[in-house]
Amino acid sequence: MNPVAESAAVAAGANPLLPVHGAVPLSWYLILSAMLFMIGVVGVLVKRNPIVIFMSIELMLNAVNLSFIAFGRYLGNVGGQMFAIFVMAVAAAEVAVGLGILISIFRSRENINVDEINVMKG
Amino acid sequence: MLFLLFGGSALVTGITMVLFPNPVRSALFLVLNLFCVAVLYLLLNAYFLATVQVIVYAGAIMVLFLFVIMLLNLGTPDRSLDKLRWQQPAAVGIAVVLAALFGAVIYQSVPAGPPASAMMVEAPTLYAPRAEPNPMLTNQISDPNQLRAITPDTMGTVTGIGQSLYNPGEAWLFPFEATSILLLIAVIGSVVLAKRRLPGEDASAAGEREGGTG
Repeated sequence: MNPVAESAAVAAGANPLLPVHGAVPLSWYLILSAMLFMIGVVGVLVKRNPIVIFMSIELMLNAVNLSFIAFGRYLGNVGGQMFAIFVMAVAAAEVAVGLGILISIFRSRENINVDEINVMKG
Repeated sequence: MLFLLFGGSALVTGITMVLFPNPVRSALFLVLNLFCVAVLYLLLNAYFLATVQVIVYAGAIMVLFLFVIMLLNLGTPDRSLDKLRWQQPAAVGIAVVLAALFGAVIYQSVPAGPPASAMMVEAPTLYAPRAEPNPMLTNQISDPNQLRAITPDTMGTVTGIGQSLYNPGEAWLFPFEATSILLLIAVIGSVVLAKRRLPGEDASAAGEREGGTG
């Protein structure tokens, strides 16, 4: 954060309790979001446990939410936060169904390693 | 400063989440990561979403994860059983390629000019090269009929979110209703998937098991 820009904005009459608009550039949020997304991608590709793969997917969805909200804030548009709400709802539904599938697979096979699950291999 | 602190800790907890082989520790580090991202939402004035992030994600969804981990009694997996040994280095290579792609896109989207000063300017002036700034983007609409009731400062509060989400004049009401149907489908589907087999259904369950091992 740039203290010069912050103090300048406070002197210009902005509320000092609110985060100064533009003090942290938008590209920093985008870079952080991209890095979190990549950590999630690596987790999905590397992990063998489907639950941890789900958690990596959650990490990726969060990264996308972060860039949605950052864009919405910097463009002054409420659509970013709306999309983040819908992404959260879809993520909750996805987790519920996915964990249900995992429990069902575990009941029938006693093992949920993704290397061993080849029922749909054809 | 807060951005650097919580953004850095979000990255660190994300990396440790992927590196720990134990799923319970991964889940706990993901909770920490979600808290850090919630603080970043607060820095972006998205108060309602930060609250929802803590309550729904870190509260409900992660409890569901931990519950399933404990229910299935998963320990640390044995890496010697891995069938695809080349997968880890390949994943890291793909991640590096993806990082280069993201970096190129973000680098190109930063406006031209001296980078240090151009990155620090206030957001609406990012559109300075345009002859006429888009009034929807800069919130400088002179016609009061076009003026949105929600100013950016109240945008992230419960009031602002509700006024946008439930406003028939805006585009978010129909997706909201569609999301409710989606959640209903998810509830029914997960109950059907995870329910115990009844005694009369043993034949079909056994058939699934044979089909699975075959």
